[in-house]
Amino acid sequence: MDFFERFMIPHPSPAIYAAMVAIVLTSIAIVVGLTYFKKWGYLWREWITTVDHKKIGIMYLISALLMLFRGGVDALMMRAQTAVPENALLDAQHYNEIFTTHGIVMIIFMAMAFIIALMNFVIPLQIGARDVAFPRLNAVSFWLYFMGAMLFNLSFVIGGSPSSGWTSYFPLAGDELSPSVGTNYYMLALQISGLGTLITGINFIVTILKMRAPGMTLMKMPMFTWSGLITNVIIVFAFPVLTVALAMGTMDRLFATNFFTTTDGGMDMLWANLFWVWGHPEVYILILPAFGIYSEVISTFSRRNLYGYNSMVASMVIISLLSFVVWVHHFFTMGQGAMVNSIFSITTMAIAIPTGIKIFNWLLTMWKGKIQFTVPMLYSLGFIPIFTIGGVTGVMLGMSAADYQYHNTMFLVAHFHLVIIPGVVFAMIAGLTYWWPKMFGFMLNERIGRWAFGFIAGGTCLAFFPMFISGLDGQARRMYTYSESTGFGFWNMLSFIGALGLAVGFILIVYNIYYSTRYASRDIGDDPWNARSLEWATHNPVPEYNFAITPQVNSSQAFWDSKKNGHTLFKGGYKEIHMPNNSGVPFVMSVFFFIFGFAFVFSMWITAVVSLIGIFACMLHRSFEKDHGHHISVAEIERTESELRGARNE
Amino acid sequence: MLEMNKDNTQPLEYSTEQGRMNILGFWIFIGAEIMLFGTLFASYFTLEGRTGAGPTGAEIFEISPVLAETLLLLTSSFTIGLGVHAMRLGRQKAMMTFFIITLVLGAAFLSFEVYEFIHYVHEGAGIQTSAFTSILLTTLGTHGAHVTFGLFWGIMIMIQVIKRGLTPETANKSFIFSLYWHFLDVVWIFIFSFVYLKGMM
Repeated sequence: MDFFERFMIPHPSPAIYAAMVAIVLTSIAIVVGLTYFKKWGYLWREWITTVDHKKIGIMYLISALLMLFRGGVDALMMRAQTAVPENALLDAQHYNEIFTTHGIVMIIFMAMAFIIALMNFVIPLQIGARDVAFPRLNAVSFWLYFMGAMLFNLSFVIGGSPSSGWTSYFPLAGDELSPSVGTNYYMLALQISGLGTLITGINFIVTILKMRAPGMTLMKMPMFTWSGLITNVIIVFAFPVLTVALAMGTMDRLFATNFFTTTDGGMDMLWANLFWVWGHPEVYILILPAFGIYSEVISTFSRRNLYGYNSMVASMVIISLLSFVVWVHHFFTMGQGAMVNSIFSITTMAIAIPTGIKIFNWLLTMWKGKIQFTVPMLYSLGFIPIFTIGGVTGVMLGMSAADYQYHNTMFLVAHFHLVIIPGVVFAMIAGLTYWWPKMFGFMLNERIGRWAFGFIAGGTCLAFFPMFISGLDGQARRMYTYSESTGFGFWNMLSFIGALGLAVGFILIVYNIYYSTRYASRDIGDDPWNARSLEWATHNPVPEYNFAITPQVNSSQAFWDSKKNGHTLFKGGYKEIHMPNNSGVPFVMSVFFFIFGFAFVFSMWITAVVSLIGIFACMLHRSFEKDHGHHISVAEIERTESELRGARNE
Repeated sequence: MLEMNKDNTQPLEYSTEQGRMNILGFWIFIGAEIMLFGTLFASYFTLEGRTGAGPTGAEIFEISPVLAETLLLLTSSFTIGLGVHAMRLGRQKAMMTFFIITLVLGAAFLSFEVYEFIHYVHEGAGIQTSAFTSILLTTLGTHGAHVTFGLFWGIMIMIQVIKRGLTPETANKSFIFSLYWHFLDVVWIFIFSFVYLKGMM
């Protein structure tokens, strides 16, 4: 039995036992359901082995939504715990675990997955490509991310969750102060999914640089594709830093090395620096694609060209460069001295300039436009003021002398939630609603969507504005409770009500998906929003090969030009199309990665070595296999095209 | 389809669209690797003087194995360059010979490195001794792990060239492998200069 004791939860509670039961029951339900409906073969052929960027995008999307609810429940529990003074809903250890997993799940497994979902689905379509440059690697990326996410979530029921904050600062995260395996999970799960993200980065840079439709020069790319290119460049240069930091952290915990220890020369601040050298660019990895989505949505629903295209691109390039030279602002109070702090203060505040340029460009795009208040546009309009408030409080935090007052208070929590929710989450929902018809062939209900927007925008403001006040009053973040005499109770209760509002909003989105799946019209044509870029020039649903004929492009709004200015997108007839084959190897290899990670978490070295051999065997298999893909014949293209056109005319 | 068109004005490894994308993708991967080793070097410079109760670099570094390793790895980078040159001339036998020499030199490099590690542990500089030894052995070990991976990778590619001949695919793989090998050499030059020479000064 000694062997099994390591898998026990160190701080069990009824909630965790309930979760265990729920996980087991859900797993049984899924297995029984798949068997009963005979869907195993379908699942394997159409999804698990797929290399189609559209399906991979949808799998990312489903995973991101699941993680959104996992992270959202964490958030609700936190707000519920702090809603009234001296609450005993959660104890200190559970509260620590919940704010840790909330941060990681939301940033790494929800937001990252959501942007990669939209990039996967949209970018190849926007540039008129058949797939990404390395379709097989794309599947590897997804499955590594998925296995990383599963590994991380497993910590909740096997061995205990990490509890040293999403930043995992050492020495707190060292094995002396965090003896449970929770932080091992953190190190390994992030490592595995981070590898997947790095591969995505390489894949999309090559895709965007090499696979654009004829005529689409770099400065004629749609803005979302531009944001994707810059984001992926940041990914490639930021993620290796995390890789090294996590490897060092793992070694400190498992092999007793001395990187971040407080003895034998170790330096805990090295972790803080390495973490944020990755962590700050990570913020821009999330926000730049969001900016890209807003550019598409605002331009489409203002019926105007995007204002200041060149300055949009330039400001994104400047932001990407500055994102690497501001990391110290996350720990101004941790002993760098005035000179270093001042330099990083200046670089931090400088980021407000290119960001401001973008805000004005969006406003000027809407200027004199015929604005349509669709759901994606509502999120974009809500984003501008709320994000600006979040942004200017960021400039306040960026002044290092003043930061001593704000650091580690709820003021900071209010700031970064008010940039990341309107910045990223609003954009994700806007993008989801906007591209939903392209993904699934019907539109989401506008009326329910507007209600959801109201609850989410209102809930965001109500949940986070009070934190500015309680934070300035001195409420520290990450405190699991407070006394009544502090007077924080009122503000925290407001936050809790706001959090409930957000929850209602997200439930409405789920209801909207259910409702629209059942009742929405499938007869919406290929271009229901009257949009401007290439993804709308192909059919709904998008055929496997995306475009029967590769489009010819002459501006950044090629599709708009073809509708209004008589530009011919598709010249010539059908030709045979070459497509990549499906493969189960990415999935199998990622399962080995999962086993490897799990074995490492619990120091089961034999299993770790065996699974490592499995990983190399998969790579070897890939190297030696002869796979030249398959060809879609002209006859088959004609059949598909006439069916799709027929479906539209009915 | 565009990617199926073979461009005969280009060398074999660049002749297909997929081949060109593979090479660009690998260059970007090398960019990521530069960040990886850059982070290790930055950490090394931070922790270099933090030796705790353990030895300093000057106390444990030996010049002769390091010189031997440098010579072996630099030569191997030259021979793989000759291998790729032979490949471009379509001389498969010469190419294979140069690849074998490269891998043998790589294996010799590794055996010196293993000796070096054993020597450090005997001197009381194990990976747990101090922050300095942790980062030293991690940086060297990461490079060494790359070389080890490269040995296996190189052998697998040679098997494919022998079985399938010089096709756009095998030429592409061989060329990418040579980029990887050159890159490991570049990293070693930084290790030689900024770890060993600086440490012995």
